[in-house]
Amino acid sequence: MSRIATRFAALKAEGRGALVTYLQAFDPDHDTSLAILRGLPEAGADLIEIGVPFTDPMADGPAIQKAALRALRAGATVAGVLDMVRAFRAVDDQTPIVLMGYYNPILAFGVERFCGAAATAGVDGLIIVDVPPEEADEVEPHTRSLGLDLIRLVAPTTDEARLPRVLAATSGFVYYVAIAGITGTRSASSDSLAEAIPRIRRHTELPVCIGFGIRSPAQAAEAATLADGAVVGTALVDALAGTLDADGRASARTVPTVLSAVQALAAAVRLGRTSG
Amino acid sequence: MNKPLPNTYRQGPDSRGRFGPFGGRFVAETLMPLILEVEAAYEAAKKDPAFDAEWRRLLTHYVGRPSPLWFAERLTERLGGAKVYFKRDELNHTGAHKINAVLGQILLAKRMGKTRIIAETGAGQHGVATATACALFDLPCTVFMGATDVERQQPNVFRMKLLGAEIVPVTSGAATLKDAMNEALRHWVAHVTDTYYCIGTVAGPHPYPVMVRDFQSVIGAETRAQMMAAEGRLPDALVAAIGGGSNAMGLFFPFLDDPSVRMFGVEAAGHGLDTPEHAASLSKGRPGVLHGNRTYLLQDADGQITEAHSISAGLDYPGVGPEHAWLHDLGRVNYVSATDTEALDAFQLCSRLEGIIPALEPAHALAYVMKLAPTLPREEIIVMNLCGRGDKDIFTVARHLGFSM
Repeated sequence: MSRIATRFAALKAEGRGALVTYLQAFDPDHDTSLAILRGLPEAGADLIEIGVPFTDPMADGPAIQKAALRALRAGATVAGVLDMVRAFRAVDDQTPIVLMGYYNPILAFGVERFCGAAATAGVDGLIIVDVPPEEADEVEPHTRSLGLDLIRLVAPTTDEARLPRVLAATSGFVYYVAIAGITGTRSASSDSLAEAIPRIRRHTELPVCIGFGIRSPAQAAEAATLADGAVVGTALVDALAGTLDADGRASARTVPTVLSAVQALAAAVRLGRTSG
Repeated sequence: MNKPLPNTYRQGPDSRGRFGPFGGRFVAETLMPLILEVEAAYEAAKKDPAFDAEWRRLLTHYVGRPSPLWFAERLTERLGGAKVYFKRDELNHTGAHKINAVLGQILLAKRMGKTRIIAETGAGQHGVATATACALFDLPCTVFMGATDVERQQPNVFRMKLLGAEIVPVTSGAATLKDAMNEALRHWVAHVTDTYYCIGTVAGPHPYPVMVRDFQSVIGAETRAQMMAAEGRLPDALVAAIGGGSNAMGLFFPFLDDPSVRMFGVEAAGHGLDTPEHAASLSKGRPGVLHGNRTYLLQDADGQITEAHSISAGLDYPGVGPEHAWLHDLGRVNYVSATDTEALDAFQLCSRLEGIIPALEPAHALAYVMKLAPTLPREEIIVMNLCGRGDKDIFTVARHLGFSM
């Protein structure tokens, strides 16, 4: 069983949902980013999503675009991100890692080479934001043969006719985008989530995680209870950005601030456990 | 070239929106249902004679089409070679070809029941055209424009405001056209139910490249008929400037299957192709994926998008329409370039010889005509798309010529 499937099975047995945390690799620099990454499991992250920096992240809000530009200034490359995963795997062989990014840096690296290098480095799944199922034929054969999960976004706009097609192309877990919009803007209402998650579950056995607009521990706990996990990204990127100096450099507060924000989220997700 | 050539260049794109390997729909799932809705609506509209009739009524009585085909006799004499004709799309209402596709898209938006329009703009020509159509159809209009471009294109910013549009200066990234397009796409996914995104060029996710090309093909179709009337034969060469490539695609498309017609797309070489400051994605870029389509892009070795540069804000874009990428790979169209300086020279020459102040975009095309015409015999005929007028550019040109206004 893959690390992702193993982790969701273990959490199900525990009777709680997953806390999935997002950070942009190399934000604001390699060493700080790696220190946060290595501290995440102990702080309570159940799955880790690592953003692969891109100049033009169309589905992300200003906070994540700024993080990407900081990361690129710090010298982030696809190869550098994979090295970082390898360095993480040297100390943690259990926590699933998902890379989230855009297609062009992967194309520049070479799709087949990228999938091979990611699998070797210890990556478990990929979210390639701008590759919908209709365009995935260059990617799928490689992810499938390497056992990498290809995780799909499902949006409020994904209608009943389209949903089965998107879900059929998904493995690992389903990433439900809670709002029609970009990352880090507004939050979904409990009612809309309570309606959306069963709609997805009718079509899939896969775990469903909710992301986009989850900022507070209470929101994370609610999402992790309604679904199988909550993804928190922009709130952590904002917490990190708040510790940087005027030139965007890390301070002594950067790593502890991000990790304590993760701890608060993790505590809430654990309290929100369902009977299970 | 080892690949077999297609027996027609005019059947694309395929059902996936591909022109050969280029084009497609590389968008996040949040956008995918929207562009499928636009595609279905456009396919239905195309089959409706009433839709075409209404669009053509607007072109005739509001835009002023057909635009004339002008024999540039003094320029021809000066260049001493092939006869040069101008397709005068600068005489359109709003001063450029952009209005052709904007009106088509606004009619489509109305058919779809959309009640708000958004657009991106670089130089402001597409923004002005969209704001104009929205005023005519009483639709609220929001135009995303890089903060850098807002600063350097104040006359068009004011025009858009007069027309009732809201301007959103975009400060993310480099604050130019590419970032304005990112921001418009972001805004669109957050306002899916009531908003139509009116894209200004033959780029973006399918169906935009084919839809904008279809609307702009009115330019080439008119040229064909006008040339038959004037000379009794097809032209030998077509020349048009390429930013995203909508005016060029519009001129070229109806002639793609006429092997005797050579075609030249002129990219902006900025400070020169041997410098980092240009906008020549076909000459100096390589294929990648941005803004929903696979095409040639200016990018670094790691696939990060690099900034374009051109004196012309309308050519200042790091990508190009996917159909151009395909025609480039097939060799059907020759993609060449002109520098800022060459465009400025052409801008002045056209003003003095023909009494026409061109926009900086077609000034790039003219710069290439000035190289091409003298190499061709006097019996041959060149048609250049004079796709915009230069009123918007006089401040920029004055600054470059050291004239204080």
